[in-house]
Amino acid sequence: MAIVSGRRPPSPGLDLSDDAAASGLTLALPIFLGANPVTERTNEDWLRSLSEMAAVDDAAVADLREVLRRGLRRALSGRAAADDGFIEDMAQEGVLKVLSGLAMFRGDCRFTTWGITIAVRVAFTELRRARWRDVSLDRLVEDAPARCPTTPPADGSSQDARQAILAAMHGVLDSDLTDRQRQALVAELRGMPQAEIAAQMGLTRNALYKLTHDARQNLKRGLEAAGISGDEVRSTFDL
Amino acid sequence: MSLSPDELRELARYVLLTRPDEIGCDDWLGHAPRYAELVAAREPVPEPLRRAAEHLDVCPECAEEFRACLAALTAEGGSD
Ligand SMILES: [Zn+2]
Repeated sequence: MAIVSGRRPPSPGLDLSDDAAASGLTLALPIFLGANPVTERTNEDWLRSLSEMAAVDDAAVADLREVLRRGLRRALSGRAAADDGFIEDMAQEGVLKVLSGLAMFRGDCRFTTWGITIAVRVAFTELRRARWRDVSLDRLVEDAPARCPTTPPADGSSQDARQAILAAMHGVLDSDLTDRQRQALVAELRGMPQAEIAAQMGLTRNALYKLTHDARQNLKRGLEAAGISGDEVRSTFDL
Repeated sequence: MSLSPDELRELARYVLLTRPDEIGCDDWLGHAPRYAELVAAREPVPEPLRRAAEHLDVCPECAEEFRACLAALTAEGGSD
């Protein structure tokens, strides 16, 4: 697989000995992982070592796993659920994702930064999945909280305006959105992770994003059609 | 359909930020590492990338992942 990355010149702000492990990670090496050094590689080196389907360079794979492990440790620091075992598993998952997605590397950043970004998504997806595993989307959306107004302002006329906007928002939600748009949007507002919503609705994450984006656009148009301006929305919600 | 005041406020915030040409989470992932490097190095962000990064304003999950990536890229004394 011939993948040529666009190697960018070192930027003045980052101490780039080209593609050393991300600068912060390299600094930590002698302190915490002196017995486990990571070979410095350019983006091209990484791609060459990892993309030979017949003979992937085992040392490069091990180094990549180490880079991801260290990146995840920093990225997830302070999260109780992210113990050593979890980080180890996610680093391994990240390696597999990176190896299977090499063609998606654009070459506009360090290879290791790209890898860490992928591993971080893998890890967060897993953390969120574990937290929301037993929550049903249907139940979550059905369980409507009691409708109660936000703290009304003292001034009666602006309270009327506020009520009009709240009513318009509910009206648009009820009539201008499809059931699936409404379901996805409300689940998102209630904190359900997109990967979980997508899985329960049988969608990819991008398809889900399009669904909720369309929903937000419908809402925006609906409010405009009701004669409600962005400024009014901003002042109503103190945004 | 009934939303709590907090949910309505968050929805209003999203609606105000909604643009026709937004990108999705998978597309953002392609931009994220470059953006993280520039932000970590406090370097200027080119306009197209800055616009792509507006995804973070309407996507709490990508925003959370981005903050974590940034933490991974910044040394902070080499501690774990
Ligand atoms: Zn996103």
